[in-house]
Amino acid sequence: MVTFSMSQLLRKHEAKFAATLVIDFPRATLEAPTIEKEEATKQEIEMPWNVIVHNDPVNLMSYVTMVFQRVFGYPRERAEKHMLEVHNNGRSILWSGVRERAELYVQQLHGYLLLATIEKTV
Amino acid sequence: MEICRQDQALEIRELDPFLAELLRQVPESAQPNDSPAAEERLFSAPAAPEEKDLCSEWKVYVVPELRRLFQSATETVRQDLQQLQCTDKPFANCTLRIPLAHTDAWLNALNQARLAIAATYQFSDHELCDHYRSPLGSRRDLSLFQVNFYGFLQEFILREMEGNT
Repeated sequence: MVTFSMSQLLRKHEAKFAATLVIDFPRATLEAPTIEKEEATKQEIEMPWNVIVHNDPVNLMSYVTMVFQRVFGYPRERAEKHMLEVHNNGRSILWSGVRERAELYVQQLHGYLLLATIEKTV
Repeated sequence: MEICRQDQALEIRELDPFLAELLRQVPESAQPNDSPAAEERLFSAPAAPEEKDLCSEWKVYVVPELRRLFQSATETVRQDLQQLQCTDKPFANCTLRIPLAHTDAWLNALNQARLAIAATYQFSDHELCDHYRSPLGSRRDLSLFQVNFYGFLQEFILREMEGNT
């Protein structure tokens, strides 16, 4: 990073006339963008996340179906399929995609008191 | 007890004092109070424990929002339950009218109560399926009956909502 102070500017101005002072800007630090690191972060962001609903013995099957229809806008048949998957297998992947949206879905599902988590896809 | 749809409301008629008392307990039962198990169930983690940042941010930003949402639902239910303050005849059957606009709040509050009670008493799957156990006996039996009674109401509300769409 390059920073100018008033004294540096004055010295530069004086050097113009005296031609004795050379200000050596640290160019090397300007040319050090970490592109590879940025790409890695981007990859990480774009890696899909799964929204998973886990089984719990208290929530009613009809209630869970209604929640899936409301939160994801799924038709009844699809919502029921996921509900039965949760019931029989203990969990179901309801949605996959970007992290922010996955978090939002989980927040909504928690608002309906379902056991929901997000997981990175492997 | 009789439940039916009446105009823009659901009516629970001929509610005997025992069931009326269980309904009055919905807002209180929905509070995790001193039960860490209930607190943990109502405000469950959004990810595996390895996702430390997400889990800690969730507690700071999302949990207070959820708390407000749940509180608002139980408050609506509490207001509806004012109808059950039958002071003139304390042991008479009464009627509770739930406006259709409040059904979401009821579903939420009943669910909070069921989950909090079930987590506190750690009911097994087998116990939760036992719909014929008498509520008379221990506090645990009464709580199991409460969970099932609230579940029955949820089913009825859901059926009416479905018929409404």
